[in-house]
Amino acid sequence: MARSTSKDAQALFQSLRSAYTATPTTLKIIDLYVIYAVFTALIQVAYMAIVGSFPFNSFLSGVLSCIGTAVLAVCLRIQVNKENKEFKDLAPERAFADFVLCNLVLHLVIINFLG
Amino acid sequence: MAASVPSKGSTLRDAFGNVLSFFILILIGVLAFSIRLFSVIKYESVIHEFDPYFNYRVTQYLSKMGIYEFWNWFDDRTWYPLGRVIGGTVYPGLTLTAGTLWRVLNALNIPLSVETVCVFTAPVFSAFASWATYLLTKEVKGPGAGLTAAALLAMVPSYISRSVAGSYDNEAVAIFALIFTFYLYLKTLNTGSLFYATLNALAYFYMVCSWGGYTFIINLIPMHALLCVVTGRYSSRLYIAYAPFVVLGTLLAALVPVVGFNAVMTSEHFASFLVFIIIHVVALVYYIKGTLSQKMFKVAVTLVVSIGLAVCCAVIAVLIALVASSPTKGWSGRSLSLLDPTYASKYIPIIASVSEHQPPTWPSYFMDINVLAFLVPAGIIACFSPLSDASSFVVLYIATAVYFSGVMVRLMLVLAPAACIMSGIALSQAFEVFTRSIKFQMPGEAPDAQEVGEMISDGVVIQHDVVKAEKSEDTVKERPSKKNRKKEKEPVEKPSVKSQIRKRLLVLPFATSIIALFLLVLLGAFYVVHCVWAAAEAYSAPSIVLTSHSRDGLHVFDDFREAYAWLSHNTEVDDKVASWWDYGYQTTAMANRTVIVDNNTWNNTHIATVGTAMSSPEKAAWEIFNSLDVKYVLVVFGGLVGYPSDDINKFLWMVRIGGGVFPHIKEPDYLRDGQYRIDSQATPTMLNCLMYKLSYYRFVETDGKGFDRVRQTEIGKKYFKLSHFEEVFTTHHWMVRIYKLKPPKNRIRGKTKKSKTKSSSTTSSKRKGTKKRNPWH
Repeated sequence: MARSTSKDAQALFQSLRSAYTATPTTLKIIDLYVIYAVFTALIQVAYMAIVGSFPFNSFLSGVLSCIGTAVLAVCLRIQVNKENKEFKDLAPERAFADFVLCNLVLHLVIINFLG
Repeated sequence: MAASVPSKGSTLRDAFGNVLSFFILILIGVLAFSIRLFSVIKYESVIHEFDPYFNYRVTQYLSKMGIYEFWNWFDDRTWYPLGRVIGGTVYPGLTLTAGTLWRVLNALNIPLSVETVCVFTAPVFSAFASWATYLLTKEVKGPGAGLTAAALLAMVPSYISRSVAGSYDNEAVAIFALIFTFYLYLKTLNTGSLFYATLNALAYFYMVCSWGGYTFIINLIPMHALLCVVTGRYSSRLYIAYAPFVVLGTLLAALVPVVGFNAVMTSEHFASFLVFIIIHVVALVYYIKGTLSQKMFKVAVTLVVSIGLAVCCAVIAVLIALVASSPTKGWSGRSLSLLDPTYASKYIPIIASVSEHQPPTWPSYFMDINVLAFLVPAGIIACFSPLSDASSFVVLYIATAVYFSGVMVRLMLVLAPAACIMSGIALSQAFEVFTRSIKFQMPGEAPDAQEVGEMISDGVVIQHDVVKAEKSEDTVKERPSKKNRKKEKEPVEKPSVKSQIRKRLLVLPFATSIIALFLLVLLGAFYVVHCVWAAAEAYSAPSIVLTSHSRDGLHVFDDFREAYAWLSHNTEVDDKVASWWDYGYQTTAMANRTVIVDNNTWNNTHIATVGTAMSSPEKAAWEIFNSLDVKYVLVVFGGLVGYPSDDINKFLWMVRIGGGVFPHIKEPDYLRDGQYRIDSQATPTMLNCLMYKLSYYRFVETDGKGFDRVRQTEIGKKYFKLSHFEEVFTTHHWMVRIYKLKPPKNRIRGKTKKSKTKSSSTTSSKRKGTKKRNPWH
């Protein structure tokens, strides 16, 4: 049973990897960016757990800026992905402009909230 | 309604429709604005009621001192001796809006006073709200429904009651913000554009600034997202609409001082975070599903489910621990009383004592949304055919709004836009069906349409049969009610595959549709008549100026302003005035005197102290008031003119709230056999309490009997003197009576010497404080 599960898992990862290598480079860059942002958020949470959350607004703005960045990048990825039929008539330039605007608002708010 | 039936063929007609709907919208805006001006025309351009006076005062401060002073404003004229931090405890949206409006107008050299701007803020924003309703309904069911809904909202009585000219309250701008936020959410959902998601978060920010009701949004949108996920309607558009909104919205909400960290700390907001996590999981699942083959996906599911369950359990456990560790389980009193309608009456008398926090009665539904109540079910059915993301949102909105309005009469206001949207959809669909069937039954065309209908091809036979059945049913049933028929029609109409088939299918008999149209117009006319009546008669009284019609003409009771003017002209600037909390805001705003408690009921103990004083005998009350440095006591008395919401009628709440903190005040002491009465049968405690004495002092001199017109009895104790208070002012109709605390008495020398040693050891610390202030002791 255990062997079959591990075999399955191996096959799964293999197919996942093969599927992922097919994605365009631009999307891969976005993925890296998302992973980086999430990783930074995790570091901050870990720091909070060890040191404490005293300037709570700083902690909150730090974590939420990372999560927000990640979420917005995921949105951008969804929009520029050619396989997504829903966003066929949305030009990638437009998607990127929206992304920049949203990021601008997000970080203005965060600078304001940072204290 | 011409714009609602745009023909596909000609662009010219489209353009014509757009221009027409633009002008209709302008007219709707004018209607929304002008129907709210009855209060100004019938009375005058004044601020209404209680809370608006506070908002007005804050706006004055803002326009005079600037925004930074406003944020740091510590108000020492209320809640004496505690004071109140206004900048951090007020929802600033309304005042900032009006302040900005005033500034802009002045920059354009339009010299309006702050008061004028405040009076007309609500009507202006109700025009905006009806435009927002148009946009929202357009996202759901197209421009025709949008126009109808906007017209309905422009004059729905429930909303009028909170936004007549002069009713300068948070709800005035908040309803606009609410509808606009929902519109932007649906727009994002329909387009999947990040730009609208950003706007959505900003609109939500405005809503958080304006009203505590923003928690409705932050719970409704997650509910809808969850509903979409559960019913398998997840799409990447939903992700774009939801995820950025939560992150940005939370951050923006935390920027508002009165919300602050509550945006992440209280349970009201946890639903959004939970759904935020769920939607990420779902998004990941859909992504993997898209990349993997069918078989591999199954393997992945079995693998992930086992791990995922463990993670979920851990997360939920952490959440529960977090929630349980916070007091009141993280819910604020008002929200708790929403979920459990009996909560407030059990634990928080101060919330229960406000009349707008009571559950509504059935007539109030009819009064406030009128015929919309009957159109809403039809609208819900129209929304289900076909069900889109947007229409499911509207259905969810009305379902929750109906529940909340049933808990608290004040939240009828949240129901009103939903009811308008639903009825707008229902009405416009009905009009569409009827006008179309008339159009295709015009002489010459009618037989053709029928014939083609008979010779229909296989694909539509079933549908056609259904319609035939419906039709025969209709003719047999002799039009039971036009609404029923409408309900039956709409499900049939929507699924049909556009123009050609539809034209043939939905042909009602000519006469029927004419009559139905006529009846619908009649229904609309009833609604309009009712709304105008409600706006003119029921909801436009400013409540600081009262009028009554009698045989000898119109009487105007302007006693409140008389009393406040007396206070501001005849007392020292720093004198403290005690009254029940209802009149706190008005006293600070109109008389500019320091008050002990006001309508921002943040400190229950302080209110209880005043309640105790009012329900204590004269001497004890004098001691309490003197310890609070009070110079004047103000009571509102309606016994002479029959003004029912006076202090004697509110008195039991004073006893209850006072007794909640100071147990020596017991409610049964004031009731004779469970009945509240002030005639000769009243209890001695009642007849000797301060409120009774201050209300009825010298009352018998008016008519010789002391007949109270509100309670419809003669009062119990007619001739008495006040020992610790003296009457300084009573208004023209006796509605406001102001008393001054007498200074402590100079006693006879010999007596004082003896009692001095005794009294200093026995009396309470409060009395000692008062003694010290008297130099002759």
